[in-house]
Amino acid sequence: MLDDATKERIDADIASEDVVLYMKGTPVFPQCGFSAAVVGVLTHLGVPFRGINVLEDDSIREGIKAYSDWPTIPQLYVKREFVGGCDIIREMYETGELTEMFQTQGIDAKPS
Amino acid sequence: MAMQASEIESLIRAAFPDATITIEDLRGDGDHYACNVVSSAFVGKTRVQQHQMVYQALGGRMGGELHALALQTSTPKGG
Repeated sequence: MLDDATKERIDADIASEDVVLYMKGTPVFPQCGFSAAVVGVLTHLGVPFRGINVLEDDSIREGIKAYSDWPTIPQLYVKREFVGGCDIIREMYETGELTEMFQTQGIDAKPS
Repeated sequence: MAMQASEIESLIRAAFPDATITIEDLRGDGDHYACNVVSSAFVGKTRVQQHQMVYQALGGRMGGELHALALQTSTPKGG
C-alpha cells in the first residue's frame, strides 16, 4: 500500500509546514463536509496551514491512510505528528485542547 | 453499501465486551452514524489510539462501506 516513493513524499510534505492538512479539495474549496469542518476550525483559530488535496493524487490518497494507520480523510499533522481526523479535531477544539496544543507547539492560535 | 447499527454495535462489542456503546443513525439512511464508546480498554491510550482500536474492531469497513461514523471514545468515569 505504501511504497517508498510515496512515503518519502509524505515525510517531506508533513515537514514542509508546521501545520499540514490532508483533505478532500482545497482550503478555499473543500469538497467534503469533514474536510470543511477542520478547515473551519483552523481558520477560526487563525492557524496558518498547508492543505494537500488527496483527490489530486490516488497514491497519496491511499498512502496517507497506510502512513498513519488511519482509514479516513481529513488528517491533521502538526510538527510532523498525526493529531487526528475530523472527530478528534472537533472534540479537541471544543474542550480547548487544540488551542492549548498549538500554543505548546509555539504556533499562534486565538484562544476560542 | 450501508451498514446496520446493530452490525456496527456487535463488531465493537466483540472487541470491547465491557463497553457502553451508543449509536445514532444521524440521517436515518444507514450511512451516517454517530457512535460513542466508553470502555476501560481505552485507559492510558491517546485519542488517536482509542479511535484506531475501534476502527480495527470494524475490520477495515471504516472509510469503505461505512462512509460516515462520527466517533467519540472515552474511559468510564469514577470507580
